[in-house]
Amino acid sequence: MRNVLAIAEKELRSYFASPMAYVIIGFFLLPFGVFFYLYLSMFVRNSMQMAQFGGAQNVNQQVIRYVLQNASVIILFIMPMITMRTYAEEKRSGTIELLLTSPVTDVEIILGKFFGALGLYCAMLLVTLLYMGILFRYGNPEWRPLVAAYLGLLLMGASFISIGLLISSTTNNQIVAGVVTFVVFLLFWIVGWFADTAGPTLGPITSFLSITEHFDDFSKGVIDTKHVIYYLSLITFGLFLTAKSVDTERWRG
Amino acid sequence: MIEVQHLTKRYGRVTAVDDVSFRVERGEILGFLGPNGAGKTTTMRILTGYMPASEGRATVAGYDVFAQPVEAKRRTGYLPETPPLYPDMTVREYLDFVARIKDVPPGERRTRVETVMKRTHVDDMATRHCGKLSKGYRQRVGLAQALIHNPDVLILDEPTAGLDPKQIIETRGLIRGLAGDHTIVLSTHILPEVAQTCQRVVIINKGRVVAVDTPDNLTARLRGAETLYVHVDTKGPHVLAALQKVPGVARVAPADQRADSGAYEVESERDRDIRRDLAREIVTRGWGLLELRPMRMSLEEVFLQVTTEEVDAAAAAAPAQTEVPHA
Repeated sequence: MRNVLAIAEKELRSYFASPMAYVIIGFFLLPFGVFFYLYLSMFVRNSMQMAQFGGAQNVNQQVIRYVLQNASVIILFIMPMITMRTYAEEKRSGTIELLLTSPVTDVEIILGKFFGALGLYCAMLLVTLLYMGILFRYGNPEWRPLVAAYLGLLLMGASFISIGLLISSTTNNQIVAGVVTFVVFLLFWIVGWFADTAGPTLGPITSFLSITEHFDDFSKGVIDTKHVIYYLSLITFGLFLTAKSVDTERWRG
Repeated sequence: MIEVQHLTKRYGRVTAVDDVSFRVERGEILGFLGPNGAGKTTTMRILTGYMPASEGRATVAGYDVFAQPVEAKRRTGYLPETPPLYPDMTVREYLDFVARIKDVPPGERRTRVETVMKRTHVDDMATRHCGKLSKGYRQRVGLAQALIHNPDVLILDEPTAGLDPKQIIETRGLIRGLAGDHTIVLSTHILPEVAQTCQRVVIINKGRVVAVDTPDNLTARLRGAETLYVHVDTKGPHVLAALQKVPGVARVAPADQRADSGAYEVESERDRDIRRDLAREIVTRGWGLLELRPMRMSLEEVFLQVTTEEVDAAAAAAPAQTEVPHA
């Protein structure tokens, strides 16, 4: 566990020691802010109209839900940039030799890298809480659905990271890792689009496979164990395959 | 301290290391010598647990590197061919990180980092980012990294590569100073390095061990027929002829191929000291003897001889028959 922490810290430090972390967080916050502004101004306009007829609007359902749903897509685009270097860079620069010849196990290295990337992701999410702070300052949203939504974001991001880690571990070229990861994430996203047209048997399967589809309930404030288990198994599976991939690489030399 | 038995590593159809066996005693410096691509790095990577072998066994400090990798790695310091530095970390941060993953107790970490920085002369760059270091410093930070947990065994892959002459001398001195407390295996293709730093040499070629001995013995034993360098103040074919007639002389040739300058290379018959007879002959003829010295085969020649396939002097190599370690 001590080693996991040491490696996670090292990963996190290398994100923040280079411009990378700031670029990534910046590119995440920019579209996030745009979506936030759009949905919020729409919400304000709607609620003024509705006020005339005596109806009420729900900030959670009208703003937070949509903003975070869009955020999940932005994350899909951003995440390959976080995970592509994890293994690829160490292999290219030869620093992987240090890790693999140190008294740490493969699992500790993988978990260290996983938690390092997760740390950066959490930092990204933490900054978005500023936006939510604005809502709380000038309105009164429910905090419980918000917690559920962020838990969903965390689980979804962690699943992305474990898949990204797996792909990065198979190559020593960051660009290749980044592109492949991006395409895989994209497939995981658009596979859900076929849900309506794929027919009665294939439809549910495709929607079940979609990473972002599972976030839907979270964004509404619902924590369904089905989705939690989906994400947790995806994370475990990704990390397990990464361990196998690292081991295979070792045997091949 | 290190024991390697019948180690074989195959990549697909290519055999990089083929049935290599040797052992290194505690406190010894073993030189691993061979042309590029001979399998030095592969052997070292197997010893450090970076990759498993296809066949064979290796133990470091009594721990099998395949069966008990963590225990073995805890006692091994490794400097790979390219120092494994993280460019975004300062030297001190980097060494502190390495100390952490090498299980240096938290209380000792700071002093260990400072000690190894002093020892490898990188303390003046402690706050510099690793990515900004010159090749010489990178190499030494790599060495510092290998020393940080005070390992029993040090495995150094070309530790002096990329250093300037002064740094090379310093580093060799450092490595010699480390022997005794540490058992060292270092690889190189620079021959004088082996002669200067190592107590024993393993010459490896095409994945096979071709010789194991001390540098002195290797040069001495491979000499076979001895060649003397003789310089007289007279020259001409009659000198050549006279030298040729000295008993025990096998062959005489002018040292300078183009002109007869009075300097000759005289080859003796095997295991025969002809210096006295040669000197007497020259002096009795009334010539001045300016120089007479044995021409020792340099390690370079030994190396070439044992690594070239068609070793013409198969007989010459025979007495050097390597003490291949017990199976």
